[in-house]
Amino acid sequence: MIIWRRFEHILEFAIERIIWLCGVSAILFVFGIFFFVFREGAGFLFHGFDPIEFFTSPEWYPTSQTNVRYGVLALIAGTVSVTALAMIIAVPFGLGTAIFISEFCSPRLRESLKIIIELLAAIPSVVWGFIGLTVMNPIIIKLFHAPIGLTVLNGGVILALMSVPIIVSIGEDALKAVPDDYREAGIALGATRWQLIYRVLLPAARNGLLAAALLGVGRAVGETMAVLMATGHSVRIPTSILDSVRTLTATIAAELGEAPVHSEHYQVLFIIGILLFSITFIINLTADLIIKGIRNR
Amino acid sequence: MFCPRTRSFTAYCFLPLPTIDSISCCVTVAMLFFFSCARPSNQGTGDHKAVIQNTGSDTMVNLAQAWAEAYAEIEPTVSVEVSGGGSGTGIAALISGTVDIANCSRKIEPQELEKARQNTGKEPVEFIVAYDALAVYVHKDNPLEQLTIEQLADIYGEHGRITRWSQLSVTLPKGGKDKIILVSRQSNSGTYHYFREAVLGRKGDFRLGTLDLHGSKDVVELISRTPGAIGYSGMGYATPNVKMLKIAKRAGDPAYAPTIENTISQQYPIARPLFMYTLGPPTGAVKQYIDWILSPQGQKVVVENGFVPLVLYSEGGQTETSR
Repeated sequence: MIIWRRFEHILEFAIERIIWLCGVSAILFVFGIFFFVFREGAGFLFHGFDPIEFFTSPEWYPTSQTNVRYGVLALIAGTVSVTALAMIIAVPFGLGTAIFISEFCSPRLRESLKIIIELLAAIPSVVWGFIGLTVMNPIIIKLFHAPIGLTVLNGGVILALMSVPIIVSIGEDALKAVPDDYREAGIALGATRWQLIYRVLLPAARNGLLAAALLGVGRAVGETMAVLMATGHSVRIPTSILDSVRTLTATIAAELGEAPVHSEHYQVLFIIGILLFSITFIINLTADLIIKGIRNR
Repeated sequence: MFCPRTRSFTAYCFLPLPTIDSISCCVTVAMLFFFSCARPSNQGTGDHKAVIQNTGSDTMVNLAQAWAEAYAEIEPTVSVEVSGGGSGTGIAALISGTVDIANCSRKIEPQELEKARQNTGKEPVEFIVAYDALAVYVHKDNPLEQLTIEQLADIYGEHGRITRWSQLSVTLPKGGKDKIILVSRQSNSGTYHYFREAVLGRKGDFRLGTLDLHGSKDVVELISRTPGAIGYSGMGYATPNVKMLKIAKRAGDPAYAPTIENTISQQYPIARPLFMYTLGPPTGAVKQYIDWILSPQGQKVVVENGFVPLVLYSEGGQTETSR
């Protein structure tokens, strides 16, 4: 009996520790990954790395025989242009869907819509990329009389479709979090539905909606496979949405596999990794701080 | 290992049941491991089945797989395991000594050679196993028939002057755009390196803004859907929706189509050897395998896969010497 009780106590203790470890592991992994990425890139970062060329030159010639150039300006321009276009499409569309689901839907339609939107999030990015390559490419060529369909537009639309589910689900949660008292008070004052949403709900859920949009941006910046296939993978600063571009993530994906380990090229790819890590970290941190802002009110 | 609250270390150790469990568990695992290891060597004729590890060039991976399959039929005691990953990956595996044969679509670099010597103490041995002719593809509706190497350099080079089809006196049918869409490969592939060297010279670089695709097949696939595109890829990847251009060494010279005959006779200018590397002169099963690859049967597989054999074995059994 005593042994049994002791055993129970130990079991309790062990389970507590395991759960604690699960909780802490996320922190360990994030720092571990950051440390690894930083370590791989550090050798070149501190010896011979030219940050001015890195950020201001659009010339990306990592394997040139005579004149190696590591300029990522065009790659940053690629990432920014595709992400910006994706957000121009996805934010109004996603927030509109969130408002519809939370305010206008019958409960049955709401449930089926939510399931379908979550399915959209479950499609692997390679499949999205493949759709961009085989379906969107000819459509864009035909519609816009463009010479090629693998463009900012193609990547932007694909990324928008991929970020909409995140924006919808977080945006809907934010709207749900607005107390019903607000709605009742608005209706009691004689507001129409539109006035209620525009004047009451949107200001009240502002922070949550902003966080939804920012998480969508984070998703779009970090996406690799779909943009690798849909944007044409071409190093240039785009002048219109019908230009092909290449993003930071796609560059890492395409070149890391065959860059000789610990060569300069390899280390520069990890420096791009550090850059991406910093960008997504800042975006997610901003989103988190904004969400926290809501809770504390 | 103290519990922060009430439990003592002795209590922590005092665990009779699970200890027995874990011992029996260990024994079971050990036995399973022992039997699973012991079994294969008792099978079949009694001697060990030789495994040849073969890694490297993505250009060669289909060919290497075809060789392995054909060889399995005539030599069932040897199994060849093929994987891709790129020429660099294959050489890296050779340097670390984890592979028997490295496939490489370019010559081994001097630094790689040096590293292999240092790391393994053995000298990499090179075999030319086939030729690969890089074809220049355009869309099937493009009226262009031939180009010279200089024109290709002007189209693809960093300081080249040709960016529009009209500069080549080509008008694309059905309202195709005048702008030339340049299709290339990702900057680490052996195909990219070879094309750069053959067309732009040792010191040349590609123009920025090429579409750098990730596979030989993707290049052909994209060109077949894009009327204004031009690109390069192995001649084995041709489909009915693309056209292979004839290439001349310089203006005024006759242009040659990328065919097996023209590659072997060295008239087609963009062709390269494909290599296999071993650490030290091969012995045993590896030697037999490479000998077989170089034999008429092995070279027949080369032709079947759209590459160019070392020697053209004609129907009558006569041979035409290679370079």
